[in-house]
Amino acid sequence: MISVEDLNVVFGRGAKSFHAVRNVSFEVARGQSFGLVGESGSGKTTVLRALGGLVDRVADVDGTMTLEKEVLIGKRSRAFRRRVQMVFQDPYGSLHPRHTIDAILSEPARVHRLDRIKERVVTALEEVGLDASYRFRYPHQISGGQRQRVSVARALIIEPDIVLLDEPTSALDVSVQAEVLNLLMRLKHEHGLTYVLVSHNLAVVAHMCESLAVMKDGEVVETMSVEQLRSHQPEQPYTRQLLTASLGYDRAAIDLFEEY
Amino acid sequence: MSDQPLLMVEDLRVTYDTPTGIVRAVDGVSFELGREKLGIVGESGSGKSQTGRAILGLIDRRGRVDAKRLEFDGIDLTSAGEDTMRTIRGGRISMIMQDPKYSLNPVMTIGAQIEEAFTIHSDASAKEARKRTLEMLGAVRIRNPERVYKAYPHEVSGGMGQRVMIAMMMIPEPDIIIADEPTSALDVTVQLQVLAILDDMLTRRGTGLIFISHDLSLVASFCDRVLVMYAGRVVEACAANDLVNARHPYTRGLLDCLPRLEGGHGDLPVLKRDPTWATTGER
Repeated sequence: MISVEDLNVVFGRGAKSFHAVRNVSFEVARGQSFGLVGESGSGKTTVLRALGGLVDRVADVDGTMTLEKEVLIGKRSRAFRRRVQMVFQDPYGSLHPRHTIDAILSEPARVHRLDRIKERVVTALEEVGLDASYRFRYPHQISGGQRQRVSVARALIIEPDIVLLDEPTSALDVSVQAEVLNLLMRLKHEHGLTYVLVSHNLAVVAHMCESLAVMKDGEVVETMSVEQLRSHQPEQPYTRQLLTASLGYDRAAIDLFEEY
Repeated sequence: MSDQPLLMVEDLRVTYDTPTGIVRAVDGVSFELGREKLGIVGESGSGKSQTGRAILGLIDRRGRVDAKRLEFDGIDLTSAGEDTMRTIRGGRISMIMQDPKYSLNPVMTIGAQIEEAFTIHSDASAKEARKRTLEMLGAVRIRNPERVYKAYPHEVSGGMGQRVMIAMMMIPEPDIIIADEPTSALDVTVQLQVLAILDDMLTRRGTGLIFISHDLSLVASFCDRVLVMYAGRVVEACAANDLVNARHPYTRGLLDCLPRLEGGHGDLPVLKRDPTWATTGER
C-alpha cells in the first residue's frame, strides 16, 4: 500500500547541510503495522514526517514515495490528508492549550467539510474511551493518557486509512502506555487501519508491528520480521547490541558494547 | 557490605497545602540505606522524586517536611540548619538530575563547573582542582578530557553531559548519591554505559545510591534493593532480583502491563487501581 524507495532527506544547503535520511526503502502492506526503530538522531521521525509531507518546505526530499498509485511529492492533496493522519509524541505539546477538546476535534472535520460534526466528535471520543463530558474541557484539565486519547481521536475523526504514529506512548507511564497500545490495536482491527510506528522501544514495536526497519545515522541497518526479532536472530551486530541493551543492565555485556 | 546504615528515614511526610486541600506527596515513608544501590520506582506522581528531594532539604517553601527520623551519619537532617545542610549537600550527599541540558550552567565551561563542585567543599589549590577535574573526566571515560574541560555544555552530547554530571557529583567523594532518573533522557545503549561507569565508581568508593526511576526492568537489573511507591507510600520492598516475584497487586500490575519482545500482539493486561493501595502501607 505504501512504498518508499531510495528516500533521501537533506536539511540545509552547502557546507552546513545535514543528510538526515539516506537511501531508505521499505514497503507497508494494507492492514499491516510497520515499525521504524532507532536511537535518537537515527532519522526515524524524519522518514515519518517525509511520508506525511511535513518536511518538504524545510528540506530537500528525494526518492519515490507512493500511496497505492498516488506519487507523494511536494504539497499533499486534501484527499491524501484525509487518508493519512498523524499522532505525535508529546501529548502536552500537540494539543492547542486554549482550544477545548470539542474545538480540537471539530477542526479537522470542518477542514474536510464533513457533515454532522457534533455527532462525529461524540463518536470519536467514545471510540477512544472518553465520554461526551470531556467535550468542553481544556487539555490542561485532563491527564497525559487522556490527552493522547484525544490526539488519537483527532486523527481518526476524518476516517483515515493510514495513521503515522510518532512515539505515541513514550511520554506516558507504563500502565497508561498499556491502555493506549490496547486502544490503538483495537482501532486498527475495527477500522482496518495501516500503521507506521516510530519508536525507540523494541518491545513496543514487537508488540504492535509485523515487520520493522532498524535505523542508524539516517540509514536502514536492516529490515526484518517481528518473528526474527523475537527469536533474537537479527543479522546485524548493531541490532543485536540494541536488543541486548533493551534487556536491562548487565555489567559484563556492557563492556562488549561497540561504537557504531 | 552494609554495616551501619548511612541514612535512616522513618515516617517521612511531605505535604502541600493547596486551595483544594492538603496534598500528601510523601505519606509515611521509612527505609534505611547502607552502602548499596537502592531503587525507588513508581509512576509519575507517586512521590519518588519528592522523597529524594526531602532528604536534601530541597522541598520548596510551599511544602512541609516532617519525619520521625531523618538521620545521616548521626546528623538529624530535620533540625539541621541551613549552614549544616550546605556542607552536606553536594559534599556528602549529592544529587544527579535527569537532564544535563537543564542542570548544567550553560554559560560556564564544564571544567569550571566541576572544579567549583570540588573547591567549594575543600581548600585545595586551583592547580590541584584542575588536576582532579581532568582525572575525574578521565574516570567517567571521556576520551579527551582537555577538550571537554574547556567546552561549554551545549558543545557535548547528552550522554557526555550526563557523564559530566556524574563526574561533578562524585568529585567531592560523597557518602550518598541520589540519582533522580539520571539516564532517562539517554538512548538505551548510552544509558547502560553511563550506569556502568556510575556502578564502578560506587563500588570502588563504597558510596550508597538512591536510584529514582520509573523503569522497573532497569531498576530490577541495576539495583540491589527496590522500594515500590504508590500515592506517596511504599507499597512493596524487596531484593531487586526478586522483583519479578513481587506480590503487591500494584507492582504485579506494573510488571504485567509492559509489552514484551516475546509476547504476542494480544491485549496487554491493564492495571486496575484499588483505592485501598493509597491508604495501606507496605505489606
